[in-house]
Amino acid sequence: MSIAITTQFICFTVLSLVVIIGALGVVLLESIVYSAFLLGGVFMSVAGLYLLLNASFVAAAQVLVYVGAVNVLIIFAIMLVNKKEDLKPINDINSRRVISTSICLTLLSLLIRVDLTNVWSLSSPQNSIGEESTIRIGEHLFSDYLLPFEVASVLLLMAMIGAIVLARRDVMSKDISTGLPVDQELIEKSSEPLLTNKN
Amino acid sequence: MNLESIPLQAFLIVSSALFCIGIWGLLNSRNAVRVLMSIELMLNAVNINLMAFSSYIDNNLIQGQVFTIFVITVAAAEAAVGLAILLSLYRNRVTVDMESFNLLKW
Repeated sequence: MSIAITTQFICFTVLSLVVIIGALGVVLLESIVYSAFLLGGVFMSVAGLYLLLNASFVAAAQVLVYVGAVNVLIIFAIMLVNKKEDLKPINDINSRRVISTSICLTLLSLLIRVDLTNVWSLSSPQNSIGEESTIRIGEHLFSDYLLPFEVASVLLLMAMIGAIVLARRDVMSKDISTGLPVDQELIEKSSEPLLTNKN
Repeated sequence: MNLESIPLQAFLIVSSALFCIGIWGLLNSRNAVRVLMSIELMLNAVNINLMAFSSYIDNNLIQGQVFTIFVITVAAAEAAVGLAILLSLYRNRVTVDMESFNLLKW
């Protein structure tokens, strides 16, 4: 990488702060819409971290797939299901919070301990292949990773068909039991929930 | 600091923190969409890990970057199917509260 080391440090600090604070905002903010937009910011900052690691192709793929597809999909899903509802109170919510937070903090301290105490046999990132990495990824994808590449394409096809089948609403022109024409616009709002809540 | 480059440990710590935040959100969210977002955060943490190791340890055969590409592919498929499941669940239950999806609870 040709950027000066000080600039790299500044970029890394800013990007990691954005990643961590943005992720905290995603899980802690009250409004789900703010969370979705913050998630887009986190994805962009992760792409910036990839650029710092000399991986321009993966950074571009991250921006295209995560920010351009996944985040937009999440925002559309929020628009479809975002209804103001009063959540049922849970009686032991505080103990749950305490237990899950302590588990997460324990895991974090364990991971950080492993990160810092292990001796990594590093080769210098200065000799990295840089811009040639895109060519190298293409060579990998069409030689030794050819089978996973093809399986991934089949997986995407299956996911596409599955998503269409799951999210499609079966529109019928007339009601089966009565024979009357169905009011198409209100088909969701008028129908009773199929699974009633047991609690 | 007098270093030649950013240490590998810095990237690992960032990804550990991101992963733990994702787990916390996964355990504590009431909204099902936020659960999916937490899963995306965890996948991103794993991707940062893979990319850091690929750049610092294996910088000639960048196999970590290829793995990251595959993880991004699987994450996109997962998000599409997950949100479709969420929509059909919302159609049946008219809520996205995780606490009301308890049909399989014994």
